[in-house]
Amino acid sequence: MTEKPFRILPRVTPQNEHFWKGGADGELRFLRCQACKHYIHPPSPLCPECLGKNLAVETVSGRAHVLSYTVNHQPWIPGVPLPYTIAIVEIIEQKGLRLMTNIVDCEPDAVQIGMPVCVRFEQAGDVYLPLFAPETA
Amino acid sequence: MEILERRAAVTGIGQSEIGRRLGRDPLELTLDSCLAAIEDAGLERKDIDGVSTYPGNLTAAPGFSGAGVIEVQDALRLKLNWYTGGPELPGQLGSVINACMAVACGLATHVLCFRSVFESSAQQRGVIPKGRAGSGYRADGFMAWTLPFGAASAANWIAMVAQRHFHEFGTTREQLAQIALNARKNAGRNPKAIYRDPMTIEDYFAARMITTPFCLYDCDVPVDGSTAIIVSRLDAARELRRKPLRVEAVGSAIHGRPSWDQWDDLTTMALRDAGPMLWSRTDMRPADVDVAELYDGFSFIAMAWLEALGFCGKGESGAYVEGGKRIALDGELPLNTNGGQLSAGRLHGYGFLHEACVQLWGEGGERQVPGSPEVAVAAAGGGPLGGCMLLTRL
Repeated sequence: MTEKPFRILPRVTPQNEHFWKGGADGELRFLRCQACKHYIHPPSPLCPECLGKNLAVETVSGRAHVLSYTVNHQPWIPGVPLPYTIAIVEIIEQKGLRLMTNIVDCEPDAVQIGMPVCVRFEQAGDVYLPLFAPETA
Repeated sequence: MEILERRAAVTGIGQSEIGRRLGRDPLELTLDSCLAAIEDAGLERKDIDGVSTYPGNLTAAPGFSGAGVIEVQDALRLKLNWYTGGPELPGQLGSVINACMAVACGLATHVLCFRSVFESSAQQRGVIPKGRAGSGYRADGFMAWTLPFGAASAANWIAMVAQRHFHEFGTTREQLAQIALNARKNAGRNPKAIYRDPMTIEDYFAARMITTPFCLYDCDVPVDGSTAIIVSRLDAARELRRKPLRVEAVGSAIHGRPSWDQWDDLTTMALRDAGPMLWSRTDMRPADVDVAELYDGFSFIAMAWLEALGFCGKGESGAYVEGGKRIALDGELPLNTNGGQLSAGRLHGYGFLHEACVQLWGEGGERQVPGSPEVAVAAAGGGPLGGCMLLTRL
């Protein structure tokens, strides 16, 4: 791996801290409704399915598949090595449980929709960014 | 149920100077377009009793908002009975839809609507100001979920929708290119367009990649400029300078999650719901439309609007635009007749409505659609933003 790319970091709040800091323990975490078991992302004060308020942070497997991707060549942010692959991945635990991320340890040409991927964390300041690599990598 | 928007009409349009890096005061550009539209309608500023704009006076993104309601009201000393300005609307044309409802409900008689940008001047130092890099700046709101992964632009987010469309329906870059080529061809006939030189499919494929599958020519061109539209109550519109253009129906729906990446069907966007809503409010059908002005902030969005508005089936927009003949000025559905945002400049939504009016009034000059078009659709917005309007000559 070459030098770590520059990252603009998210503002950590009490609502999203579980997501951005779970990587310190190697865990990908989401809010989950304890009544109907629906995972909620981005975090919300109540379950959008059953409107339940009994929510708890739970850890998922970290396995996902690529819903879509784009190989970015444009230097939007000064100092970031190009190109890099941006993707929307769906976590296997729940249809529609998605996040935007980068696909790493994979040539941009080799990324495919439907490809199974697995989380790996990159520490940047006080947060741990969930990035995804091919499951076989 | 009465379709209230039919009590509304467009009675005047105006545009400022449009250009790259004009370096002019964006409020001045805004006032130029507003005064032009008021005069075009045959009104005076004392007649304007409503103002509506998108996105209001926002400073978050460089050049995204040239002026808000307050600056315009004060500069023109308008006496208002109703006004609104803000970003949480069904796309840029949501502000015009609001104006239609205000006049229909009797809150105002003549509403001045405007949209101003100065992105070309403001973005000379980049979309993400260099000062933010390493300065402790942190991303908030939706951007907190995208910026850390370098997904800094709507180009990235929409590119993933296009990529998914390619995957599910076999859409190709050759097909996508037709939106850009058609826009450039039409821009060649529009003296106010930014890029007017002919472009070939070879030029398209030679362009540098921005974010796959979008190359440079799939992305609109930032400009400085302002567009204004006068919406009048129909019964107060008949004595004015122009023949009013009646608002036949509007679409403003969003049924999925209001998000670029959490939207349920990643081959489409909020426009999927706005388009069918428009047709649910009129007996007219897509085949009745003589000219279509569909948002092309990125080429793919125009294809998604073609599907959403029922000009073709879901997933069929690639085949629909193939070869480009159907969407040409003399085709079955002339599309983005002024060059769209891709070649005429990113006036951010209002340019499409302005051009729809130009065509219906028969003032397109070299780019006028033949056969005296009577029905036009204007649509704006991508991602979670989407609003559309059907206009007819009376």
